[in-house]
Amino acid sequence: MQKYLTCLLGWVDERFPLTSNIKTHLTEYYAPKNFNFWYFFGSLALMVLVMQILTGIFLTMNYKPDADLAFASVEYIMRDVSWGRLIRYMHSTGASMFFVVVYMHMFRGLLYGSYRTPRELIWLFGVGIFLALMGEAFFGYLLPWGQMSYWGAQVIINLFTSIPFVGPDISLWLRGDYTVSDATLNRFFAFHVIALPLVLLGLVAAHIIALHEVGSNNPDGIEIKEKKDKKTGIPLDGIPFHPYYTVKDLVGVSVFLIVFSAIIFFAPEMGGYFLEANNFIPADPFKTPPHIAPVWYFTPYYSILRAVPPMMNSQFPGVVAMGLSVVLFAFLPWLDRSPVKSIRYRGSLYKRFLAAFVVSFIVLGYLGTEPSNVWGQFGSGVPIVGGLDRATVVARIFGLIYFAFFILMPWYTKIDKTKPVPERLTA
Amino acid sequence: MRKMMFSRFLLVFFFIAMPLLTFASEGPVLDHAPIDPNNKESLQRGAKYFVNYCLNCHSAAYMRYNRLTDIGLTESQIKDNLMFASEKVGDLMTVTMPKKDAKAWFGAAPPDLSVEARARGADWLYSYLRGFYRDDSRPTGWNNTVYDKVAMPHILWQLQGQQVLKVDEKTDSHTLVLDKPGSLSPAEYDQMVADLVNYLVFMAEPFKERDKTLGLFVLLFLSGMFVLTYYLKKEFWKDIH
Amino acid sequence: MANQEVDKGKRRFLIAATSAAGGVAAVAVAVPFVSSMMPSERAKAAGAPVDADVSKIEPGAMIIVEWRSKPVWIINRSKEMLDLLGNHNDKLSDPMLEVVSQQPDYCNNPARSLKSNLMVLVGICTHLGCSPSPKLQTGGDMGPDWPGGFFCPCHGSKFDLAGRVFKGSPAPINLVVPPHKYISETVVRIGEDGKGAA
Repeated sequence: MQKYLTCLLGWVDERFPLTSNIKTHLTEYYAPKNFNFWYFFGSLALMVLVMQILTGIFLTMNYKPDADLAFASVEYIMRDVSWGRLIRYMHSTGASMFFVVVYMHMFRGLLYGSYRTPRELIWLFGVGIFLALMGEAFFGYLLPWGQMSYWGAQVIINLFTSIPFVGPDISLWLRGDYTVSDATLNRFFAFHVIALPLVLLGLVAAHIIALHEVGSNNPDGIEIKEKKDKKTGIPLDGIPFHPYYTVKDLVGVSVFLIVFSAIIFFAPEMGGYFLEANNFIPADPFKTPPHIAPVWYFTPYYSILRAVPPMMNSQFPGVVAMGLSVVLFAFLPWLDRSPVKSIRYRGSLYKRFLAAFVVSFIVLGYLGTEPSNVWGQFGSGVPIVGGLDRATVVARIFGLIYFAFFILMPWYTKIDKTKPVPERLTA
Repeated sequence: MRKMMFSRFLLVFFFIAMPLLTFASEGPVLDHAPIDPNNKESLQRGAKYFVNYCLNCHSAAYMRYNRLTDIGLTESQIKDNLMFASEKVGDLMTVTMPKKDAKAWFGAAPPDLSVEARARGADWLYSYLRGFYRDDSRPTGWNNTVYDKVAMPHILWQLQGQQVLKVDEKTDSHTLVLDKPGSLSPAEYDQMVADLVNYLVFMAEPFKERDKTLGLFVLLFLSGMFVLTYYLKKEFWKDIH
Repeated sequence: MANQEVDKGKRRFLIAATSAAGGVAAVAVAVPFVSSMMPSERAKAAGAPVDADVSKIEPGAMIIVEWRSKPVWIINRSKEMLDLLGNHNDKLSDPMLEVVSQQPDYCNNPARSLKSNLMVLVGICTHLGCSPSPKLQTGGDMGPDWPGGFFCPCHGSKFDLAGRVFKGSPAPINLVVPPHKYISETVVRIGEDGKGAA
């Protein structure tokens, strides 16, 4: 048996670099030995991607991208297709969990400077993945054709209208109709099930290839390739990815699946954050729900959009600010001027800015799910802010903090007091 | 170590804060619906009320009659007691009233009720069905404390009786007062509405309770998986530490 | 690195146990995905048994009812037709109904039916799934020896009035008799028999 397998492997290897690829990417890919909790989320993101593709394929077998049939076909999947409800919940929960995992993964990058030289391209591919993911989420959210789907798409597409000169034409072109309609649904389906998944897969491949070219960063932010064993040329602080990190990631996968299954089986709506109540009402172009908000993973940016006041009778500045709030992540490798990578050796200034950023991200995220009058108004006697919605003022303050994190980064990372970085990884 | 604490804190905050930040609800105060998804008798009564009182105008076009076997009814019971127009137990709960006519009669087409409980919530339905009061300014003669200027007339008024809205101008508070009693006592009527709402909640997600049982097994299995992978990891990492 | 301390047995056990659990998980996940491709509740409801009134079929005539989107023939065979059935066994591939999957055992009789005159058949050729044309009367364009039956226009398969295939036909086996039962003297239910629904 063993002999035949070796023989078969040899046959394949003469025609396809199977063994050498397994070595490059698994058994002889040397990763730093001090990965912590935050390093689970890369492999988890890959797993969720596979899960979304798999469940997505099975959903398309029964879903109908037709304005007259879409809503009913989703309920058909939920009720009539055997286990369709499980597949659908896996997909809807997977969408939200994808963002949870990716946000954690990105935060890891912020903590340990994973975007710094020589990993700028990994980071840029990653930002590309994040953008493609947002596109996936946006296009996919229209497909159930409920009220939230419909009006969410309506609002976001209308954002493009505020672009000077060409805006209205762009919106019209995106919709393919004068309002969100069957044509819009059909093309969003095409984007969601084939166009963006292809982009996403390409970017993920590029992300991993680039990572394996330069090697993984670590919580100390030290390049392990600088200290190699003289004889073997293997980094002294490196361990083979397989088996050590494959077995470790399996632990992460188990924990993740426990959380994931708990949501699927016991709270698939997640209190209205993963599946919104209004989306159980079929799309009605004549009736807007009293309160519409994007799904939670978009709300920080949506808050920024709402917080920017119209200027010169145009919403455009708000749209630009929202776009910027996402795209700014791409500039991190060049904004960060610190001599060290990891938060372990940075000074208190960076830690404070990062903490303020995280708090503002969460507060903005929360406010984005609420109507802007959620906290009432300031009394008219209050100077400057009198009469304004309290939540809007808070969103403006935290929006400024959000941008300050990026824009002031070259300054505060440069003057921050850093600690000396050790030669070798700490345990 | 402190850095770890800091990141752990953020993580915990993230997971705990998310479900806690529930939507701030506006509008009327809703009564808690006293429903029990495991009470098969209540669900069966609810199903009976539903086909008798709701299914004349409202469809439940994603729900099949034979799904009612999940609440303990047999196919012949369904056919004999709950099906009036349809023939096969596998049929959907549709209505014959055309949407256009319905719109002409009521001013709004009665919505399909298959997933109404997921859109509105049990408390809303429970309060709504108990919130009708006499209002002669409305075309139907009825208004509702939960759904102002509702198009639907009070179908169950002979059972509940007739409520009127008493407004206390000093405190600006509204109370519903039973003006003419119906054939059911208030407690009986509340129970009936609770049964009906219980059924509507079941109908919106017929597999929910069953899937929870499966979910427990899945979680149990995954916990075992976690233990195994944890020890596997520990075993391999002996090489490194 | 303390390789010499490695407990090989423990390690092997843990790998085997985790792989086994992973295998179980993979199969458990595959089950819902695979079964989602089986007929849905809608398809099952549409494929539910159908009832047909047989009292209006003249002797020597047939009706077609739809069951699971397939044509089901109900033929009221006349006395003469029934008499002819036994005369051409030598020309048939399986006159004695040895391929038992083609009819329920309660129809494993010379007339292949519950009531000898009433033949219930799924009107789908066992070759490649076309629906054969009825040629119920003897002779005619089927030649002087034709005892009455069905002729498939796609590839020329021939069947007699009990749905049995003639030798030399591309079709390998007899036409299918669906599960059915009489719920009254005049009404036949197709898709359900004494053993329950198909």
